[in-house]
Amino acid sequence: MAHGPAKGLGRWLFTTNHKDIGTLYLLFSFAMFLLGGAFAMIIRAELFQPGMQLIEPEFFIQMTTMHGLVMVFGAIMPAFVGLANWMIPLMIGAPDMALPRMNNLSFWILPFAFAILVSTLFMEGGGPNFGWTFYAPLSTTYAPDSVNYFIFSMHIMGASSIMGSINIIATVMNMRAPGMTYMKMPLFVWTWLITAFLLVAVMPVLAGAVTMMLMDINFGTSFFNAAGGGDPVLFQHVFWFFGHPEVYIIILPAFGVVSQIIPTYSRKPLFGYSSMVYATAAIAFLSFVVWAHHMFTVGMPIAGELYFMYATMLIAVPTGVKVFNWITTMYRGALTYETPMLFSIAFVILFTFGGFTGLMLSVAAADIQYHDTYFVVAHFHYVMVAGAVFSGTAAVYYWLPKWCGRMYDETMGKVQFWVAFIAFNITFMPQHFLGLAGMPRRYSDYGLQFTDWNMVSSVGAFLYGGAQLLLLYNIVRTVKYGQLIDDPKVWEGAIGLEWLVPTPAPYHTFVKPPVIKEGAVGAEEWLIDETPSYASYKTVTDAG
Amino acid sequence: MLKRAPALFSSLIATTTLMFYNGVFAKAGDDSEVGGGLGQLNMPQGVTDVSEAAFEVHMLMMWICTVIGVIVFGFMFYVMYAHRKSRGVEAANFHEHLGVEIAWTVVPALILIGMAIPATSALLKVYDTDNPDIDIKVTGYQWKWQYEHLGAGIKYMSEMRTSQDEIWGREPKGEHYLREVTQPLVIPANKKVRFLITGNDVIHSWWVPDFGVKRDAVPGLFTAAWARVEKPGLYVGECTELCGKGHAFMPVVVEVKEEADYNIWLTEKKEEAAVYASTIGKQWSHAELMEKGEKVYQISCAGCHQPSGDGIAGVFPAVNGSAIVNGPADGHIGILINGVAGSAMQSFADQLSEVDIAAVIHYKRHSWGNNVGDLIQPADVLNFKNAQ
Ligand code: HEC
Ligand SMILES: [Cu+2]
Ligand SMILES: [Cu+2]
Repeated sequence: MAHGPAKGLGRWLFTTNHKDIGTLYLLFSFAMFLLGGAFAMIIRAELFQPGMQLIEPEFFIQMTTMHGLVMVFGAIMPAFVGLANWMIPLMIGAPDMALPRMNNLSFWILPFAFAILVSTLFMEGGGPNFGWTFYAPLSTTYAPDSVNYFIFSMHIMGASSIMGSINIIATVMNMRAPGMTYMKMPLFVWTWLITAFLLVAVMPVLAGAVTMMLMDINFGTSFFNAAGGGDPVLFQHVFWFFGHPEVYIIILPAFGVVSQIIPTYSRKPLFGYSSMVYATAAIAFLSFVVWAHHMFTVGMPIAGELYFMYATMLIAVPTGVKVFNWITTMYRGALTYETPMLFSIAFVILFTFGGFTGLMLSVAAADIQYHDTYFVVAHFHYVMVAGAVFSGTAAVYYWLPKWCGRMYDETMGKVQFWVAFIAFNITFMPQHFLGLAGMPRRYSDYGLQFTDWNMVSSVGAFLYGGAQLLLLYNIVRTVKYGQLIDDPKVWEGAIGLEWLVPTPAPYHTFVKPPVIKEGAVGAEEWLIDETPSYASYKTVTDAG
Repeated sequence: MLKRAPALFSSLIATTTLMFYNGVFAKAGDDSEVGGGLGQLNMPQGVTDVSEAAFEVHMLMMWICTVIGVIVFGFMFYVMYAHRKSRGVEAANFHEHLGVEIAWTVVPALILIGMAIPATSALLKVYDTDNPDIDIKVTGYQWKWQYEHLGAGIKYMSEMRTSQDEIWGREPKGEHYLREVTQPLVIPANKKVRFLITGNDVIHSWWVPDFGVKRDAVPGLFTAAWARVEKPGLYVGECTELCGKGHAFMPVVVEVKEEADYNIWLTEKKEEAAVYASTIGKQWSHAELMEKGEKVYQISCAGCHQPSGDGIAGVFPAVNGSAIVNGPADGHIGILINGVAGSAMQSFADQLSEVDIAAVIHYKRHSWGNNVGDLIQPADVLNFKNAQ
C-alpha cells in the first residue's frame, strides 16, 4: 500500500492518514491560538489605563469569556491532539491510528464548533458573557439568547474530544509494535494514554452540565435556578468535576513532551522513567478528588474545605517527583541549548513557579484573599501558558524537522524564545502583585491604585503577542525555505522509534511493524530488529 | 549573547524574584489607604484576626516555596552551567536511584504536613462565626449591594457613586475612582459583626480585603462570615464574582464607627426612615416627581435601559415608546414590584421605596417620546402592593 496522499483539497477533507490529521489539528489550533490571542490583546488594550477607552464593559466580558474558551478548547487541547496524532503511531511503531475514519470526523467537526461559537459574537445580544467557567444563573436565566449556540458548540467540542481520546486509547492498547511493552512506551505516549482516560471520564460531565443549562433555559427545569428549588452551587460542583481534571488534560501531555525533549539534549536517558509513569497516574487520580478547591469562598462546611485543602496539597508530591526527575535527567548529562531545550527548561522553571502559587492557593484561609483576583489569573497563566504553550512550542521546534525534512533557523528560534520568555514574565509576573493588592479578575475597569502594574502587564502582553507572530514566521520559513536535512535522527541525542524512520517522515510509516529488542529502557536498546524497507517510502511525497 | 543564555536566564529570574520580595518587606500592608504604584506588591495584613491569619499563612507558604525554589533552581542552574556539552563533559548513563526517589517523595510529604497544621488553624478562625454581637444581611444585586441591620429594622442600598463621565474619560477621574458609594455599610468598632450573605439575581462575591472576608453571594443560599474591627475608618473592597457587565462597578465600602457614633447614626437612620414613611401619603407634583424620578432612573435603570431610554437591542428593551410604559400605570408598577420572571428585569420592591418607584415610573411616562399626562403617586404603589 505504498500510495501517496491524494491531490488537492480532497486530501485534507477525506484524509484518514494520522500525519495529515495531525497537521490539520496543529494548523487549526494555531489559528485558534492567534484568534484567542487577538481577544487577549483587546482585553489588555482596554486595561492599559483605568477608565473605559475602547470597548463597552459588556463586550469586555464577552472577550474574557471567548479568550478563555478559544484558548482552552480551540488552541491548547487540539494542539496536543495534533501532536498525539502525528507522534503516537510513530513512537509505538504503528502504521496509523486505530480508528482512522473516526479520526477524520473528530477533527472535521471542530471547525464547525468554533464557527458556531465565534458567530455568537455577531448575534443580537452578543456572545457568551459569563466567563469560561459559565457559572449559572449568569449563564442560564441571565444569559444572552446566543447561549443556546454556545451550548451546541460545547457539545460538538466534547464529542470531538471523546472520539479523539477513544482513538488514542484504542491505538495505544492495540497497535504497539511487537516488543513495545507498556513500560517501554515513551513518556509522551504514557501521558497521552492517561490523559485520554481523563477525557473519556470528564467530557460527558461537561456535556451533562451544559445539557442541564439547556433544560433550565428552554424547558422550564430548575437545576440551577434557586427560585425553582434548584441550586446554583450544584452547577459549580458539576463544572469543576470536569474543570479540574481538564487542567490536567492540558498539562499532562505537556509533561510528556518535556520528558521527551530534556533527555535528548541532555544526551542521557530520562531519570526515573517508572516513577514518572506512576506520578502521572497519581496526578490523574488526584485530579478527580480536588475540584472544590475552586469554590473555597462559596461557603462550604468546614469539613469540606479541610478535605479539599488537604487533597489539593497532596498533588504537590507527584508533581514534585516529576520536576526532580527532569532536573536529575539533566544532572551529569552533556547539555546543549537548542530552542526546544530552552523552551523545555523555561517550562520546568515557570511551571514550577506556577506550582508554588498553586500550593499557596490550596491553603483555603489564604485563598479567601487570592480567590478570583489577578493572583489566580497569574497562577493559571504560569501553568497554562508557560506550561502548555511553551511545551507545545518546544514540541513544534523539536519535531518540525522530522515532519518536513527541513531545519529551522536556530538563531531565529532562540530569538523567539527569549522574546517569548521575557515578554511572558513581564505580562504575568505583575499580575501576582495586582491580585495581592486586590484587583479582581474579569474587571473591565479598575481603581487608580492598580494603574502602573496594569500598564506593565499590557506592554508585556503585546510583546508576547509579537513573539507568537515570530513563531509563525519561523514555522512558515522552515517549511518553505529551511535547510534540507535527511538524517533520520535529526538530533544527536534523540532516542525512540520516531527517529528511526526517514526524514522527512514518509506518508506511510511502519507498514511492517518494527520489533523492539528485549532490554532496559535506554539509548542503545531502542533498536529495530527487523528493519522495514525504506526504499518504498522514498517514492511517496512527504507529509508536509 | 546566545552562548551566555543560561547566565542571562538566571539573572532574569533573580531580578523578578527580587522585585517580588522587595515589596513584601518594604510594606506589610496598611489599612484602607489607597495604596498603589509599583511598590504595591503584597497582600495587605488587614485589621481583623481572620485577615491576619490569612496573611500569616500566606507569608509562611511564600517563604517555604522560596526556600524550596532557591534549592531546586540553584541546583538546576548549577547543572545547566557545569554540565554543558561545550565544556567537554561526557554524559553519564544512569537513570534510576531508588533511594533518592523515595526521599523526594517522602520529604515533600512531610513538608506538606508541616504546612497543613497552620493552614488548618487559620481556617478554623474563618469559620468562627458563632455568638455575634450584631448581624448584617448582605444581598448582592446587579450591580449594587443591599445592607440590612437585622433587628434594627434598617436597610439601604449601596451603589457606586463614580459617574459615567469619569468612567468614559469625559471628566477627570476623582481620587476615589470606583471606590466610592452612595451609602457605605456602617458597623460599630470592637463588636463581633456577622455578615449573612446572599444574592438576589446572579452570584456576586462580597470582599473586604482588610477584613479577610470574601464570600460568594449566591441566590437561595445564606452563608456567614464575620469581622471584629478595632480601628474606625473606611474600608474598601469589591465584588469578586463575575456578575455581568457592571461587575467592576459595584464596590464594597464599609465605614467602621466607634460604638457611640454608631448608635447615633442608627438613631438618625431610624428617624430618616420614619420621615420618609410620612411622605408616602403626600401628594407629589409633576415637577417633584420628575426631579426625583430622573435621579432614580439614572442610578437604577439606565445601566440596562440606557439614559436615552432606548435599551440595547436584543438584551434590554427600550422603555422609550414601550407599550407597557405608556399603558395603564398598574402594568408598569407590576413589573417594578414583581420583576419579569426568568429575565434580567428583577423585582425592585425591596430595593426602592414607594416614593422612588412612583417617581421613576412617572419620569419614564413623561420623558423622551413618552407623554402620558397623568400623575403617579407613592400611594398608588402602596395600594398596588397591598392589593397583591
Ligand atoms: C439588570 C438590567 C435591568 C435593570 C437595572 C432594569 N431593567 Fe427593566 N428590563 C430589563 C429586561 C431584560 C427587561 C425585559 C424583560 C422581559 O420581558 O423579558 C426589562 C423590561 C422592563 C420593562 C418592560 C418594557 C417593555 O416594553 O417590555 C419596564 C417598564 C422596565 N423594565 C422598567 C425598568 C425600570 C423602571 C427600571 C429601574 C428601576 C429597570 N427596568 C431596571 C432589564 C433591566
Ligand atoms: Cu483545580
Ligand atoms: Cu460582580
